[in-house]
Amino acid sequence: MDAPKVKIYGLVAEFETPTQIVDAANQAREAGYTAMEAYSPFPVMDLHEAVGFKRTMLPTLAFFGGLTGFLTAFSLTTFTSGGAPSFITPFLPDWFYYPLNIGGRPLNSWPAFIPPEFELTVLFASITSVFGMLLLNGYPRLYHPLFNVPRFSRVTTDRFFLCIEAKDSKFDLQGTKQFLEGLQPYEVSEVPE
Amino acid sequence: MATEVSTKGPDLRPDPQPPMVGGHHSFDSMTEKITGVIFAATPKGWIVGFAIAFMILQVLLVSVTYLIYEGIGIWGVNIPVGWGFDIVNFVWWIGIGHAGTLISAILLLFNQTWRTSINRFAEAMTLFAVACAGLYPLAHMGRPWFAYWLLPYPNTMQLWPQFRSPLEWDVFAVSTYFSVSLMYWYIGLVPDFASVRDRAPNQLLRMIYGVLSLGWRGGSMHWHRYETAYLMLAGLSTPLVLSVHTIISFDFAVANLPGWHATIFPPYFVAGAVYSGFAMVINLAVPIRHFYGMKDFITDKHLDNMAKVMLATGLMVFYGYGVEAFMAYYSANEFERDLMMKNRVFGPYGYFYFALIFCNGLMPQVLWFQRVRSNEAALFVISLVVNVGMWLERFVILMSLQRDFLPSSWGQYSPTFWDISTYIGTFGLFLSLLFLFCRVLPMISIAEMKHLLPESHVHSHKDSHDHSDSAHGGSH
Repeated sequence: MDAPKVKIYGLVAEFETPTQIVDAANQAREAGYTAMEAYSPFPVMDLHEAVGFKRTMLPTLAFFGGLTGFLTAFSLTTFTSGGAPSFITPFLPDWFYYPLNIGGRPLNSWPAFIPPEFELTVLFASITSVFGMLLLNGYPRLYHPLFNVPRFSRVTTDRFFLCIEAKDSKFDLQGTKQFLEGLQPYEVSEVPE
Repeated sequence: MATEVSTKGPDLRPDPQPPMVGGHHSFDSMTEKITGVIFAATPKGWIVGFAIAFMILQVLLVSVTYLIYEGIGIWGVNIPVGWGFDIVNFVWWIGIGHAGTLISAILLLFNQTWRTSINRFAEAMTLFAVACAGLYPLAHMGRPWFAYWLLPYPNTMQLWPQFRSPLEWDVFAVSTYFSVSLMYWYIGLVPDFASVRDRAPNQLLRMIYGVLSLGWRGGSMHWHRYETAYLMLAGLSTPLVLSVHTIISFDFAVANLPGWHATIFPPYFVAGAVYSGFAMVINLAVPIRHFYGMKDFITDKHLDNMAKVMLATGLMVFYGYGVEAFMAYYSANEFERDLMMKNRVFGPYGYFYFALIFCNGLMPQVLWFQRVRSNEAALFVISLVVNVGMWLERFVILMSLQRDFLPSSWGQYSPTFWDISTYIGTFGLFLSLLFLFCRVLPMISIAEMKHLLPESHVHSHKDSHDHSDSAHGGSH
């Protein structure tokens, strides 16, 4: 195997339809490639499964985000209002204790605390979904080797790309190139790092 | 249900979706059309429109500056009417915002593909309307530089807000609503920013939109997580939007005042919010599709659907008026009855009540007719009238404050010049932001629109034999 002159990130094949990219990704996975990713202008159904990605942990994260939001609002409203259970009260700092006696009503007036609890649950779960999605996806990442491929700019318009990365153990510049060309792409290009 | 669908007999399945994209568009022409607006030279009409909006914005600036300088005594509020135009306009603007969330979240969950082309600017409308709304409570504080006192934070005064107060609930509801709407809008924009980046004619624009796109490159795992997050946000926004107007209705309904202390308030406030919101979306969609030539994307079918939503929510609101009147009678409570008849219907602002019934209850009934729903100009006018009606509704409700239990504590409210100028000024803010939005951001979701084209579907070899029964039937 010839040593490449410039360090390369991988090989990218361009396709013209969603059907082609799903087929190509399936074949690449079946051929044993693992370090690859398919790029498309819009979400293509099942494409993530074709490249071997199972499911995201995002819903779980969002659940715990929402739970955190609920507990935050719950303790904020209940504890500051003097409604904390007696085994918690000794641990609360002075400034976290502000009971308001409104016409002798109970300090722990929990129904009135539902709106803040609901809102913070939604807020925290939403923040977790959005920022969790961005972080898991590795964004923001303004530079990426793929942007070195001039035709890759069409990925946001109408073209579909399958990139097999050089870090794949099965990757071999000539062999992988031949494999990709066998998938009848529009074009195969090298991606310089 | 049987897994085998009989091929005999009449096909009772509903017709495939009518085309939600007119004309003959490809992925490329669609991207070109929507991003082209950003790269094109600034249209003359835009400059004129923005100039007018910007001038109106100065009215707001002057009004708010004078308010902060002089105090809220410049408004017509006083005991017994401690809230005036500020809460009326606050509720009105928030309500308008709700249609944006309804379109982007609830219709997404219900799989209504027609939402796709209108969701972006409806969401923008939500944000800008909530921004206008948020101004009012801040301004009403009199000392807006202490606005952060509303937030629960440990402070040297060792005070906490009253978490049992609907006004404090508002702080949670509106700030959450704004934050979630902003995030929803932004992540919807991210792939489109990437489209704009990749078509930008020069380096500067490429850098600006590149940064905004966060470097989006559309990997399949990225899309998968993106869609998951988007769907979860829709699921979270749906109860959120209902909760926000519910909580706003609690501002009234929790108070022990005749005409306010009613359980009908939350549902009928939510319906009213969606009602006025859809009216505003029509008010914006008609000029946008006209001036930007977007009739292929925002079709007559869209307007028709929106008009139907307006009709439905309008009927709910009208029902609410009926229930209010009936409950006042049926409660046999003299304060409720007097409030309804002697104050609301035949009181000092009685003509507002009749105008409200006309604007919100009677006039929109013309939407039953297909001919009206397919007439752009008629829809535009009806929507304007509905927005006026919804403003009147909040005003009429608020005027309950004029006359409570003791005639000796009655009073009359009338707005001052500054009340009115602040209200007019918020239109300047709203319209200026909208004009800027149309100029610099993709006003229709490009990535989502591509999904409406038949080319976006995957034709799998494995299931080609049952392909004709797939959900996309008819679009191949």
